[in-house]
Amino acid sequence: MGNRCAVIGVGQTKYRTKRADVSLAGMVREAALEALADAGLTFADIDSVVVGKAPDMFEGVATPELYLADALGAVGKPMMRVHTAGSVGGSTALVGASQVQAGLHERVLVVAFEKQSESNATWALSTHSPFSASLVVGAGGYFAPYIRAYIRRSGAPANIGMMVAVKDRINALRNPYAHLKIPNIDLAMVEESMMLWDPIRYLETCPSSDGAVAMVLASEQAAEAAGAATGRPPAWVHGAAMRSEPMGMAGRDSVDPRAGRDCAADVYRQAGVTEPRRQFAAAEVYVPFSWYEPMWLENLGFAEKGSGWKLTEAGATAFDGDIPWNPSGGVLSSNPIGASGMIRFAEAAQQVRGQAGEHQVAAAVDGSRLALGHAYGGGSQFFAMWAVGARKP
Amino acid sequence: MRDVAVVAFAQSEHSFSDLGWTEADLVMPLVNEVLSVTGMDRSEIGFTCSGSNDYLVGTPFSFVAALDTIGAWPPIAESHVEQDGAWALYEAWVRMQHGDIDAALVYGFGKGTVGDQVGISSLSYDPYYLAPLVPGHIAMAGLQARALKDAGFDVDPDPTPPPATDGAAAVILAAGDVARRVCSRPAWITGLDHRIEPHAVGSRDLTRSPSTRQAAARAGVRPGVVDFAELHTRFEHEEMLLRRELGLDEKTVVNASGGPRKADPIMATGLIRIGEAAARIHDGSAQRAVAHAASGPCLQHNLVCVLAADTASDLASEGER
Repeated sequence: MGNRCAVIGVGQTKYRTKRADVSLAGMVREAALEALADAGLTFADIDSVVVGKAPDMFEGVATPELYLADALGAVGKPMMRVHTAGSVGGSTALVGASQVQAGLHERVLVVAFEKQSESNATWALSTHSPFSASLVVGAGGYFAPYIRAYIRRSGAPANIGMMVAVKDRINALRNPYAHLKIPNIDLAMVEESMMLWDPIRYLETCPSSDGAVAMVLASEQAAEAAGAATGRPPAWVHGAAMRSEPMGMAGRDSVDPRAGRDCAADVYRQAGVTEPRRQFAAAEVYVPFSWYEPMWLENLGFAEKGSGWKLTEAGATAFDGDIPWNPSGGVLSSNPIGASGMIRFAEAAQQVRGQAGEHQVAAAVDGSRLALGHAYGGGSQFFAMWAVGARKP
Repeated sequence: MRDVAVVAFAQSEHSFSDLGWTEADLVMPLVNEVLSVTGMDRSEIGFTCSGSNDYLVGTPFSFVAALDTIGAWPPIAESHVEQDGAWALYEAWVRMQHGDIDAALVYGFGKGTVGDQVGISSLSYDPYYLAPLVPGHIAMAGLQARALKDAGFDVDPDPTPPPATDGAAAVILAAGDVARRVCSRPAWITGLDHRIEPHAVGSRDLTRSPSTRQAAARAGVRPGVVDFAELHTRFEHEEMLLRRELGLDEKTVVNASGGPRKADPIMATGLIRIGEAAARIHDGSAQRAVAHAASGPCLQHNLVCVLAADTASDLASEGER
């Protein structure tokens, strides 16, 4: 794992359908400046900048790090652009953390964004490649069959997905940055919403959002200095890993992917986690379609295979449950695609820093428990995760 | 820093026309080649990183299909940059500094022949003020050539681009004793750094490349001892500019491979520079070589890699003696 690394600053824009008031550069700079302010730093203190986003076709700007170098204060510094599909926000955080863990840099700014209003994601995900047939289904059409397979395998009741949709939207009401605010949401409203990709209803899918998130990652020395100066504690990285597996391979289980299990196992080994449900105080997990909560509960080892839905049904993952999942409202409430993974990582950090505001999980701040940040992408084949804690590892 | 070396390099037979090969077709034989040359098994690779650009073939996630070919099973620790493969190599080199993995696989690939390069390069520019004008990489290079000409340098102010190319490259990095085991003459990375400049060309002095100078200083390029240099010169005028910023004298042979002017598979071109420079160490023709990769209009972003037959710690102990 290399040298110690900690999150010392977090910044987010408010997530909206359309941020017409800012350019792309203005939007990422807004998140970056907030993260720097949180860390008590300026651009001059940053050694290196790493940006991440989902496919360039989402905005029609290719290799956008070139255009964003000025706005992110990267001039004269190393700048990287990560792209690992939907997991990219998480991967971007890990690429930045790696530079600190390598002993190369003291303070790295990581930024992830998407301005979905500039384009149409379903179109951009469905373009016809010269070499293979296009499914023209977007993400929902791609993942719905996996969800149906999960329901068939586990025997989960049909209302589990709707329960997740309600739970995450209620959580979002406590998050000032969240995109969707539906105060009167209930199971009936979700059930009445239009079926998009059976069994995914309109209110069981994520929105299309504009937004950006940024973090300042720091070495042990820089983290201690920042914590002392700002009075806001760092979130220490206890474990971090990426895993990928092929999309097309006979025998691959795309409902319960091995890459996800292996990635979690690697993070848990580094962090000393043997009982995730007990040792994590909160989890921010990439759930873009409601049913992915029970699916990932099993994949990440919070529940036995086939029984993840029972945790959801029993309320264990609710804000007042024993293991709150997505107290921020999650991807179901805010989805600037390329940023969505890093938002999970950042929200996990805010929980153990005690900086999550109204959606702060009380059990996360005593220092004995960790928080999990998770992202996935591609055909459920790319995974990035970290475990963070208030105590130094 | 930990001693890490390029221990194997392979590149495709680059083509100026679309031979109907997918990106996966381009990458797979190269991955097999670098594994075969080193005698390494896939299970010995601790990290994999690639570089590519979705816009070249106009499809999202071009790296996903390439991943299908490299044998990512059981699942692998893997990442991707939407940058030239040289930056993928940088990410892998950084990851290897953690000390827990001893080998990494890096590849980059691009099919430049199937798209409109002027249109695609323009999409990399400021989307509000510059991209709509579709200036393209050739006109941008022309601005730099003209600036150099006006400053009194002997360059052609009307640059011609290299032909659009399809191709790929793969490299294996290995650390310490693993490098010595799998390669008789490892090309040790004694320095690696990259720096970016402002995007707006109007805010830059186009007769200089401060980011190259900065990266070269940090990577430890020292004049007088560089046998070979492989520079990411897509346009002729860039060579004199880069030579000056890198501090290379007349004894340094530049682009013995033919350079990007002879083969420019975008997103692999920079990685090939590192591979070609390493190959000069591998074959014994060089003791020290410099590789350079560039990105963006008028050399906005520059990476410099110093490779040597001796490790940095070997050189340091020699100095002590």
